[in-house]
Amino acid sequence: MVDRQSITTANPWVTNLARIQGIDQELPNVATYDLVLEDPAAAGAFEFQPGQFNMLYLPGFGEAAISISSDPGKLTSLQHTVRVAGNVTTALSRLHVGDQLGVRGPFGSAWPLEACRGKDVVIACGGIGLPPLRPLIYYLIQHRETFGRVHLLYGARTPGELLFTNEFQQWRAAGIEMAVTVDLGSDDWTGDIGVVPLLFHRLHLDSNQTIVMTCGPEVMMRFVIFEALARGIDPESIYLSMERNMQCAVGLCGACQLGPKFVCKDGPVFTYEQMEPYLMVGDL
Amino acid sequence: MNLAKLPIGSFVRIQKCDLQSLVADLKQVHDRVVGPREIDAAIVYDDLDHVDQLPIGVTDHQDGGVYRLTHQSSDSHFDYVVGPQSLKGFLFPPRETVSESVRTDGKWEIQATETPVMRIAVLGPRACDLRALAIQDKVFLEGPYVDPGYQRRRDALFIVAVNCRRSVATCFCHAMDCGPAVTSHFDLALTEMDDHFAVEIGTPAGGLAIEATSWVPMSEVEVAHAKQVPAALEESMQGGTSARQMETGGIRELLMDNLEHPRWQEVAERCLSCGNCTMVCPTCFCSSVDEVTDLSGDHVRRERSWASCFTAEHSYMHSGNVRKTTRSKYRQWLTHKLATWQDQFDSSGCTGCGRCITWCPVGIDLTEEVAAIRGE
Amino acid sequence: MSEKPKLAVFKFASCDGCQLSLLDCEDELLAVADAVEIAYFLEARTEQIAGPYDIGLIEGSVTTAHDAERIKEIRQQCKFLVTIGACATSGGIQALKNWQDADEFVRSVYATPEYISTLGTSTAIADHVPVDFELRGCPINRQQLLELIASLLQGRRPSTPSYSVCIECKRRMTVCIAVARGVACLGPVTQAGCDALCPAFARECFGCFGPKETPNVISLTNHYQKQGVDCAHLTRLTRSFNANSPEFKEASDLLSGEQPSADTGDH
Repeated sequence: MVDRQSITTANPWVTNLARIQGIDQELPNVATYDLVLEDPAAAGAFEFQPGQFNMLYLPGFGEAAISISSDPGKLTSLQHTVRVAGNVTTALSRLHVGDQLGVRGPFGSAWPLEACRGKDVVIACGGIGLPPLRPLIYYLIQHRETFGRVHLLYGARTPGELLFTNEFQQWRAAGIEMAVTVDLGSDDWTGDIGVVPLLFHRLHLDSNQTIVMTCGPEVMMRFVIFEALARGIDPESIYLSMERNMQCAVGLCGACQLGPKFVCKDGPVFTYEQMEPYLMVGDL
Repeated sequence: MNLAKLPIGSFVRIQKCDLQSLVADLKQVHDRVVGPREIDAAIVYDDLDHVDQLPIGVTDHQDGGVYRLTHQSSDSHFDYVVGPQSLKGFLFPPRETVSESVRTDGKWEIQATETPVMRIAVLGPRACDLRALAIQDKVFLEGPYVDPGYQRRRDALFIVAVNCRRSVATCFCHAMDCGPAVTSHFDLALTEMDDHFAVEIGTPAGGLAIEATSWVPMSEVEVAHAKQVPAALEESMQGGTSARQMETGGIRELLMDNLEHPRWQEVAERCLSCGNCTMVCPTCFCSSVDEVTDLSGDHVRRERSWASCFTAEHSYMHSGNVRKTTRSKYRQWLTHKLATWQDQFDSSGCTGCGRCITWCPVGIDLTEEVAAIRGE
Repeated sequence: MSEKPKLAVFKFASCDGCQLSLLDCEDELLAVADAVEIAYFLEARTEQIAGPYDIGLIEGSVTTAHDAERIKEIRQQCKFLVTIGACATSGGIQALKNWQDADEFVRSVYATPEYISTLGTSTAIADHVPVDFELRGCPINRQQLLELIASLLQGRRPSTPSYSVCIECKRRMTVCIAVARGVACLGPVTQAGCDALCPAFARECFGCFGPKETPNVISLTNHYQKQGVDCAHLTRLTRSFNANSPEFKEASDLLSGEQPSADTGDH
C-alpha cells in the first residue's frame, strides 16, 4: 500500500495561500470548503491520492490536518469537509467565500487503489469518517469496471448527521451497494438502526477477494476489523485511517507517533497488519 | 609550518599550549567558536576566545539527579565528560521562527522565515554526542522530508571532537556501542596525552585548520598509544562500577512485548513528567509550533520550540488526550528511545550519554528501568 | 457608542501586583485600550461603566463574607471570567492563615479587633463561582495577559502552557540548579509561563505559577528529603504563594504532619 513520497528538498514548512471558492454547510457543525490555490504554479502542480490530507493554516489559530474530500481527478475543486472541533476548525467555520487560508500538502499515505484492482471492496465508515473516503468512492465510480462489488457501509449518530446524502442516489446508480445505519432513529427514518459493524452481517464476502477500508472513531474501526477478520479477511487486506496529533505532517515533530509509526507520514492509511500490535494497547 | 596536505585518518601531535593557535584560526573562519566552559556550576558550551577559558583541572561527578564539579591542580583540559548541553541546540534550536504572516486590508502574506546561519566551530564533543549528531542527521536530513534550517546549520558546523579518558557513573556509551572512542562525524579529534594532544584529521577542512598549529607527525607507536586512551577507558567501563550497564540484546522485543508490565506504573509513581530527560537528550527531536499574535491578529509568528512527549499538549486530540497518564508518557519515551526508534531510523535512539539520568530531578535511571523489565 | 468588548478588573484580597501587570503593558496598553473598553478598573480610571462586562479579570482571594457574596454578583456580570494571579487562582500567600487561628492574628495585629470581620480562610475564586480561565503567577506574566486578551478578541483558545517550568528552563539553556547545586527547586512540578525567570538568576523556583499538569509533588519532595534537604524548608517551599492549591497542600501537609484548621467560619 502506502505510496511513499520520494525525498523532497522543498521546505516542508512553506504554506501556499488558497482562497475559499465555495462553502457547503453540510450539517450545523460540518461544512465543506472548496479551495483554490492562489499561485497558479502551485495550483497546476497540485495533485493528491484518495486518503491524503492537507494542513490547513489560519494565521494566529494554527494548522489542522484535514483529509481531502473531493474527486482526485478534478483538481479545480479542492474540497475539505471539516467538523468544528478545535481552535482552527472553529476559526475556519467563521470564514466566508473569498477568504484566504494556508494549505500545505498533500501529505500521508493513500487508500490502496492498486490492491483493490479486480477485488471486491467494502468501505465501512462512521460520521466524519466518510469525507476521507469520498475521493476513493469517486475514483471507484470512474473506474467501476476495474473493481468487483463495491459495498459502502455508512453510519452516523442520527439521520440528521449523515453526510453527503444528496449524492447517495448517484452513488447507488453508479453501482455502489450502500447500507446506511444510524444509532438513534427519528420519526421519518425508515432505514437501519444500529452500529456500522453490524452491517457486515448481511454481506456475503469472498474472503480472498475482498479489501476492507475503514475510517471513523477508533472504537468503530476496531469492531469493523473484528467483523472482517471473523469473515476470514487477511489483516493485510484491511485498511484503516488513523487519527493522531499531526503538527508538522512530515514526521519531524514527533507528536503523532503510534508505536513505531508516524501517523502523518507512514499513515494515516495503514493495514491492520501494521496496526495490530498497537491498536489494542490502551494509552499507547 | 608544514604545508604538506594531511590525509584523512592521519594523526599529528600538537603541544598543549598550541591549542590556542587552532582556536585562533577557527575564529577567523567561523562566526563563533564555542567550547566547554564552567558556567553556573556546570560545563556548558559557550563562546571561547582563548583556551585559558577551558575548565582546566575540572572534573565532574554525576549520578542520578546529581551533578557536581571539582577543581584540581592539574593541566587536564578535558577530564570532565558531557554537561547538560549537547550539539542539539546548535542545529535544532530550542526556539525558532518558522514563518511570519502579515494581514493588510484583509489580505494575508505568509513568508517562511530563514534565519541567517552562523558558521560555528565546536570544540569538545564526545563520542556519544557525535553518535547523537549522526542520529539527528538521520531524523532531519535523511527521511522523506528534509528540515531546511537543520540542513543549513549542519553544513556550517565544524567539529573538534575529544576522546574521553574518564567516565562518570551515568555513562554507558560502551553499552550502546557509541563510544568512548570517537570514530566519525568530526573534522578533528583530540586525545589529551600527558604533555600534548594527539589530533586525528577527520576531514580536509580539519586538515586545513590544523595547519595553523606547529604540528609534528606521529609515529605508529605514538598513534597506537593515543588510541589506547579511549580503549583503556572502554575496558574499565565494561568492568562495572565506573559506568552504568545496559543489556541491549533483544531490547526492542523486550520492551514491545512488555507494554503492560507493572514496572511502568512503578516508575510513574516517581516520574514528575517534567520533561527534563527529553530536553537534555541529544537525540530527542520532538517540537511544537505556537502561533504568536499581536492584539489585532494582523501580525502572526509561527514559533517552533523543543517539545516533550511528557506534556499533555504533545498527545492532544480533540477527542481526548491519547496518553493521559504519566505511566503511558514514560512508556512512550522509553519505548521510543530504545525500541521503536529502531523501526524508524535503523538504530537505537540512545547513545549512552547518561544525561537523562543525571538531569532527572529525581534521578530516574533508564538502565535500571530496562533491567527491571528484563527481570533482573 | 462603542462596539468594543467591555473589560472589567476587580480586586479581592491581594497586593494589586497583578493589576499593575496590566498597567505595566506600557506600549501595548494603548493597543489594549484601543481594542477593548476598559469599563471598570479602579486602579486605572475613576470613571466606572456599569456591567454587564465581556471580560472580567479577578485579582485576589476571598477572605471575607462580603467578598464571598460580591464575587457571585460579579460572576453574573461577566461573560468570561478570568482569575489573574496566585491569590485569585489558589488563595495566595494569605491562605497560610488556613493553617492557623485567624482570630489570634486579629487579636495580636489590630488595636481594635472588633472592627475586623474576616473569614478563617483565604480561598480561590473557583471555590466560590465557576471560572472560565486562569492566569497563573505571582504576579502574572504580562505577555500571558496580552495573549489572553488577544485570544478573546480573536475568538480562540489562549495559548498558555500547562507543562513544567523545566521545559522553559531547558529551552533557554539554563543549568538546572536542583541537579547542579543541590538546591530544592519547585520547577519540575510548577506550571511554566514565567520563562523560567528565577532559575535563570540561579534562584530556585518557588512555585508562584502553581502546580503544573499531572504534577507529582510528593515524589519531588521525597527526593529532596533523601538528598538531605530539611523537612521544614520543604514545607515552607511548598507552602507559599500557592499553598492552598491541592497538590502543593497535599505535599506540605505530608511534610509537616499537620492539617489546616477545619474552622472556616466567620470571625
